[in-house]
Amino acid sequence: MKLTGKAWKYGANVDTDAIIPARYLNVSTPEELARHCMEDVDPEFAQKVQPGDIIVATTNFGCGSSREHAPLAIKGTGVSCVIATTFARIFYRNAINIGLPILECPAAEEIEAGQTLEIELETGKIHNLDTGQTFQAEPYPEFMMGIIRAGGLIEYTRVGG
Amino acid sequence: MGMTMAEKILAAHAGVELVKPGQFVEVNVDVVLANDITAPIAIREFERIGVEEVFDRDRVIMVPDHFTPNKDIQSAEQCRVLRDFARRQNLTHYFEVGRMGIEHVLLPEQGLVLPGDVIVGADSHTCTYGALGAFATGMGSTDIAVAMATGKVWMKVPETIKLVYHGQLQEGVGGKDLILYTIGLIGVDGARYQALEFSGEAVDALSMAGRFTMANMAIEAGAKAGLFAFDEKTQAYVESRARRPYTVYESDTPPLSPPTLGGMKGGRYAQVIEMDVSELEPQVAFPHLPSNVRPLSRVGEVPIDQAVIGSCTNGRLEDLQVAAQVLRGRKVHPRVRCIVIPGTQAVYLEAVRQGLVETFVEAGAVVSTPTCGPCLGGHMGVLAAGERCVSTTNRNFVGRMGHPESEVYLASPAVAAASAVLGRIGGPAELEIKD
Repeated sequence: MKLTGKAWKYGANVDTDAIIPARYLNVSTPEELARHCMEDVDPEFAQKVQPGDIIVATTNFGCGSSREHAPLAIKGTGVSCVIATTFARIFYRNAINIGLPILECPAAEEIEAGQTLEIELETGKIHNLDTGQTFQAEPYPEFMMGIIRAGGLIEYTRVGG
Repeated sequence: MGMTMAEKILAAHAGVELVKPGQFVEVNVDVVLANDITAPIAIREFERIGVEEVFDRDRVIMVPDHFTPNKDIQSAEQCRVLRDFARRQNLTHYFEVGRMGIEHVLLPEQGLVLPGDVIVGADSHTCTYGALGAFATGMGSTDIAVAMATGKVWMKVPETIKLVYHGQLQEGVGGKDLILYTIGLIGVDGARYQALEFSGEAVDALSMAGRFTMANMAIEAGAKAGLFAFDEKTQAYVESRARRPYTVYESDTPPLSPPTLGGMKGGRYAQVIEMDVSELEPQVAFPHLPSNVRPLSRVGEVPIDQAVIGSCTNGRLEDLQVAAQVLRGRKVHPRVRCIVIPGTQAVYLEAVRQGLVETFVEAGAVVSTPTCGPCLGGHMGVLAAGERCVSTTNRNFVGRMGHPESEVYLASPAVAAASAVLGRIGGPAELEIKD
């Protein structure tokens, strides 16, 4: 799977209240949630994000609540992948389970907002098309790649089961 | 080499003799939990799996507590999804408004979660039950859907960090101060993917309420679980409540090097962190991270607009007793709204019987039905732009309790109650001086 898009850059500890404020948790479809994605930290994000764009952040992305609404909101915006130095544990599981590709890569720090990235999910290679740099993220174990290819854990369970 | 308590519980539930950190295991779960925010997605996903019934109607528990009593039409619709599912599946433990409570106060109180259990909940504060010596962890709705269907989840066995609290706590310092101090020390991702094991004479001396508070906020250090060893206090707590048998697991004693303050030595443990807490002051976490902690003496002049006393962190009877002791015979500052939220109906009733509710109302505080409400900016105390709240809850992220330009300061019930009277952040000691 090859993903291409522009980077939206954030810092450390982007929490689930930042990704989708709790006041919007009275709805649960990706489309409805997407309208308020990142609203409190970056009010322009939800309007300006383009399908395929990539969120890039540093440490502990997705810390806080277990709300699956957080990766669902990101998926609903059309974002194709999240790259971070590290992810919070529950967010990591949730993203994989709903079929939102995410990559852990120490070089996430070096990526700047607006740069165009191309990602090869199978190998974990991230190409920065603006600078010509290539970064290596930790590739997925086969079963996780299977979940992402299927579009999520439920699809994977049904297809595989 | 032996195993830690967390490893032993996971090994037993995976049906194997031995597990080690990093290993993937499939474990049988004792309890699966969801609430009015997370269950609607879990139910939607459950229905897509294609199974008819939950794996065990006694062990799938649903508690509408976040936006209840229903705060708006959309929340009412979400709660209806839970209620309909609970009826259709004939769930034994569905807790309706009027009989409910904040899930993490309610389940231990009802004896539904027990020592040695593996508990998964679609709520990050599921780790609260670690206070009982259980392995309890938060997951998302899809994982919970699979657990509801199969009674199993896959997990990576976490490393364990052992925290050792030496010394005797000062009066007025408790579990909330210890856990805030710990998060300040190790950071919001200091235990990412790891389990915490709380130990030492300072936590041995804590009541169960104080231990629940500490385990509750393990997630705020990024931890997967936070566990306490089973002792006579745990036994006394579960004895009258347990509705089924349980098993006690103890960490094997690894060969430890001599203790060093703040040191990091250990055998089986990824880290052993030793702390002398005998001089510890009450702690306050400043906006906008739970790790942004200062001792009370270094808080300075922070005027507040609201004080919230309650939540899955500090909504137990003992918490309300502490707050009432501070508020008794005093008045909430004219500038401050003080909101007290008993954690469950049983806590509420006991607070009425003990005259605590009378104390709160006489002081000029409001007493709410059990709800998560203001903690996550849902309802019952949402903040406007520029407003400050001192709160006994667990998170102070940007916009957590309302407007993104509002501020949340995390503290103990004693500090929150004293601050409500002072109109600024302060401790009960200042009130005594004033009196």
